[in-house]
Amino acid sequence: MLSKRPLALATVTSGDMNGSDVTAKPVITLTEVSFTYDGPPVIQRANLVVGERDFVCVIGPNGGGKSTLLKLMLGLIEPNQGTVEVLGKSPRVARSLIGYMPQHAQLDPRFPVSVLDVVLMGRLGRAPMLGPYRQADKQVALTALGEVGMAELRRRPFARLSGGQRQRVLIARALACEPELLLLDEPMANLDPVVQDDLYELLGKLNRKLTIVMVSHDIGFVSLYFKTVVCVNRTVHTHPMSELSHRTVADMYGREVRLLHHGRAPNARVEP
Amino acid sequence: MSEFLEALKHSVLLQHALLAGVAASVACGIVGSYVVARRITYIAGGVAHCTLGGMGAARYFNKVLGWEWLEPLHGAVIAALLAALIIGWVSLRAKEREDTVISALWAIGMAVGVLFIARTPGYYEDLMSYLFGNILLVSRDNLVLIIGLDLLVVAVGLGFYNKFLAVCFDEEFSRLRGISVEFYYLLLLCLTALTVVVLVTIVGLVMVIALITLPVAIAGHFVSRLWQVMLLAAVISAALTTTGLAVSYQPELPPGAMTIALAGGLYLLVVGARRLGTKRVSG
Repeated sequence: MLSKRPLALATVTSGDMNGSDVTAKPVITLTEVSFTYDGPPVIQRANLVVGERDFVCVIGPNGGGKSTLLKLMLGLIEPNQGTVEVLGKSPRVARSLIGYMPQHAQLDPRFPVSVLDVVLMGRLGRAPMLGPYRQADKQVALTALGEVGMAELRRRPFARLSGGQRQRVLIARALACEPELLLLDEPMANLDPVVQDDLYELLGKLNRKLTIVMVSHDIGFVSLYFKTVVCVNRTVHTHPMSELSHRTVADMYGREVRLLHHGRAPNARVEP
Repeated sequence: MSEFLEALKHSVLLQHALLAGVAASVACGIVGSYVVARRITYIAGGVAHCTLGGMGAARYFNKVLGWEWLEPLHGAVIAALLAALIIGWVSLRAKEREDTVISALWAIGMAVGVLFIARTPGYYEDLMSYLFGNILLVSRDNLVLIIGLDLLVVAVGLGFYNKFLAVCFDEEFSRLRGISVEFYYLLLLCLTALTVVVLVTIVGLVMVIALITLPVAIAGHFVSRLWQVMLLAAVISAALTTTGLAVSYQPELPPGAMTIALAGGLYLLVVGARRLGTKRVSG
């Protein structure tokens, strides 16, 4: 994967990425956050600021704390120390403004739902307590499907979609929440490079109006759409892409390796 | 078959049986679809076997202690709801393994039932009708209770359709949308318990699990949205219980067992036909 993409990074230097404006209005703020699941700390004294319309890729080795970081941002777990703020509120309160996309491997691939059924789930919490979804909810869901280019497949069973199509539907579901922030957990997992490129293009388009944070297990590859790369391995390090772009791909990769070793987590390991 | 139709005109017992079968089928289609989609059929199995404890105890209190108002069916409702809530609580909160607890409840419910029945006159017939069902023994009062439970299950199951669908499909996402996942999971288990009770009167507690899963499995081969599966499964289930009753009438065979045998046969037929069909298409 790495060898195929030196150009992507090289072009960043010349490309105008209009980087995120952190000072104006932080979307996510982590201050001295530590977290442990009854054992050694998974996240230790993490500080992170994500600005409006940033496109953040969170990378790091398996077990390094990427998913934990995402769960902290969603308020699914509470930090042992420090504070997490999303859109100026506690994550639990801000949840309704977060569009979340889980790893699709968690879902039952044979569940009897249509594409539109799945996207409508994004309207939960805004739709009526009892009875069917309103016409307005359906309209929002259809618009979201249109944005990911899947409107024509709205009646297709979810079970009969390809991997890339499923990811698009799950992104549409997150969009149907009418969010200000998208949190995506490994959206590129198990997709072939061509489909990944299409999906990055879609995310780049959505990034024009939304802040995006995505987790990736693939640390050898950094898309040109990213504005910030966050390395998580118990500790958290932020790298603006403009800074990274001055280095060659090989340098950056080596640098990440050093950084990850720096964390000295017991299972720190880099898979090329 | 013509004899069955003739008898149906005069026999209140048969009319009750037919009505009970159709009512149960509606609940079965709706709740069975959730249960199969969420993959918790083993919970339904555990709850079904626990009802023996409730029925046995209620029968004992009724016959031996003279609590006339307490019918075995009431005991079944209490035992099923109790079992569902315990299993739900364990899977949500406790650190015990869920499957271990289900197996334990399964056996304990049976054991309590057998002990109570052993101390109650009429051991053998009671046990047999609880285990294998006897749709022809559905009394007028029972029928009222069955239809009441049925309406409750259908109203709740359909009223919260969107919530149940989301919670069954993606728990974490639902929680993030502000849905109380725990509440809806427990509610679904309670609906499952009530459906099981209704079905126990039709096919008996041993065979309940077949009537919950097979019509849904058959429907799943033809339609692909959950509400469509519910509708088709309810129709299939009603057709099966009615046919089971009709076919078993003249040779005097147990209708519950006949219904399940028909369901199993239909399922194998559909799966077989589908396999042949796909083979032919793929060459």
